[in-house]
Amino acid sequence: MEKMPEIRNYTFNFGPQHPAAHGVLRLILEVDGETIVTADPHVGLLHRATEKLAESKPYNQNIGYMDRLDYVSMMCNEHGYVLAIEKLLGIAPPVRAQYIRVMFDEITRILNHLLWLGSHGLDIGAMTMFLYAFREREDLLDCYEAVSGTRMHATYYRPGGVYRDLPAKMPQYKVSKWHDAKQVAEMNENRQGSLLDFIWSFTERFPKRVDEYESLLTENRIWKQRTVGIGVIGPEQAIAMGLTGPMLRGSGVEWDLRKKQPYEVYDQLDFAIPVGVTGDCYDRYLVRVDEMRQSNHIIRQCVQWLRNNPGPVMTDNHKVAPPTRVNMKEDMEAMIHHFKLMSEGYCLPEGEAYAAIEHPKGEFGVYLVSDGANKPYRLKIRAAGFSHLAALETLVKGHMISDVVAVLSSLDIVFGEIDR
Amino acid sequence: MLSIEELSTKVNTRFGRLLDQSIMAYGELTILVAPQHLLEVCLALRDEPEFDFKLLIDVCGVDYLQYGLSEWETNSATTTGFERGVEVDVFKNASAKEPRFASVYHLLSLTNNQRIRIRVLLNETELKVPSVVNIWPAANWFEREAFDLFGIMYTGHPDLRRLLTDYGFVGHPFRKDFPLIGNLEARYDATLQRVVYEPVSITPRILEPKVIRRDNRYQVGE
Repeated sequence: MEKMPEIRNYTFNFGPQHPAAHGVLRLILEVDGETIVTADPHVGLLHRATEKLAESKPYNQNIGYMDRLDYVSMMCNEHGYVLAIEKLLGIAPPVRAQYIRVMFDEITRILNHLLWLGSHGLDIGAMTMFLYAFREREDLLDCYEAVSGTRMHATYYRPGGVYRDLPAKMPQYKVSKWHDAKQVAEMNENRQGSLLDFIWSFTERFPKRVDEYESLLTENRIWKQRTVGIGVIGPEQAIAMGLTGPMLRGSGVEWDLRKKQPYEVYDQLDFAIPVGVTGDCYDRYLVRVDEMRQSNHIIRQCVQWLRNNPGPVMTDNHKVAPPTRVNMKEDMEAMIHHFKLMSEGYCLPEGEAYAAIEHPKGEFGVYLVSDGANKPYRLKIRAAGFSHLAALETLVKGHMISDVVAVLSSLDIVFGEIDR
Repeated sequence: MLSIEELSTKVNTRFGRLLDQSIMAYGELTILVAPQHLLEVCLALRDEPEFDFKLLIDVCGVDYLQYGLSEWETNSATTTGFERGVEVDVFKNASAKEPRFASVYHLLSLTNNQRIRIRVLLNETELKVPSVVNIWPAANWFEREAFDLFGIMYTGHPDLRRLLTDYGFVGHPFRKDFPLIGNLEARYDATLQRVVYEPVSITPRILEPKVIRRDNRYQVGE
């Protein structure tokens, strides 16, 4: 009698250098035929010890590190860190600064979801989405640049407010060997007014763009075949696994910190929380697309408010925020404040605080322990993606190899915040 | 929705002797629990409907070795002014804060819209705490991370491997006595045609010394 063939499970590496691994994820997959038996993510390849570095720097010098955590939603990371400091100091920024923060949080949410939509599409095979998403991202990154001088790592939020007020005019394109005068005039058409005018014109056209994305994907047969019923997680399990944000809402749990534990001025704005039903990749897609529309709605409310209400954007408490340059020339006290703030920084009272915001990816929390010094004693960053990636094995078990890619990109992970 | 004070009363009456201390600060409730009572308290906090903390937000370690110590004493000014440079080994004395380590848990209740923080203090000699992975599966990676970075042993954890550091890493990098620049550096050696590890070639320096000001200038917001 012939010997039965010996069948063994096969183990292989997915990543760390793989375009669908969203950065540097080494995923060790054990498969039985094409079916996933175990998935063991190895993370830490982008570990930069941000939290340890932060312990060696005065508070304000760490804001720049926050941008580099989740490097597709930069200002939201800053927001969590700045809120924790403000909680310990017991200060609140001026209302105008709060509106600016909310507006940029929502711009960041659209930036994040656009990149997610583009790369999710790319992973599943809808190449076009990536190009469209980047077209819109370009305008929003211009807003970042206009307000902070950099396109990505803004360092714009500061304890006590924001770095400076919104600029009254937008930077213009110039004639180059790639664009002649006529093209440049066209490109500059919506840049003639202030930053708020530019953002307003963006919010006018953006809903139509979202309609375009949806007409490409939502009822697309291939898209639905790749996402409906893939990576299903029910509400109880989602809570047990520590999922937050669109991952939790995709499973039908109506939980959004902007509504439930409102910070800044979210309680004065009108918006809805989209929720899914089944908790599969398709529902998470629908939730995120709807969130972009809601963000657009919030941005419009902020723009209207900001147009009508000029005012300070930084606290006048000069133990925390530097005085104006003009004051420094004449006022001795102002100069001392500036010198102390730029060299030593400011001290926080002893204690510990946890501040959380509704980050585009979920709950982004900062746990700050202070021993009364000018540096954090311990800074723990609770990144949403960390829990999401930890739940990957539960999500992909029993699926096909190709579904791993769909599930992984539906988690919306960025290694900057997972490895920290 | 309960206020945080009401939650604090409820927690104190329910757990009483199981808590070492309960602290209210900055609108947040922190309870201190001994390691042997942790699982009992956690299970009750998760399952009893008046608490219902179903979502584990975070688990992390804290090392209190240098807590409250500053790198720069400005009391003894000289006629020539202050020395700007600071020696690295200024921490000759460890902090008075005992025990040295803590494992901190942040919980969230979606139904009651409440948060609570549990702190478990751990001695360096007995750096063990029961794992809560059977209560909240979300604890899995958080505990692996705290084990990796601080060396806290979570007993009963099914898979306590290192998470963030390199394969074959020695030491626990987030402890306060682990140097910021690390111990080893890696580079590719062209002759050996592989990555080699060598002792770090840079020297540590402190750009901005840590100072603690307790005078009334820094009583901000009161």
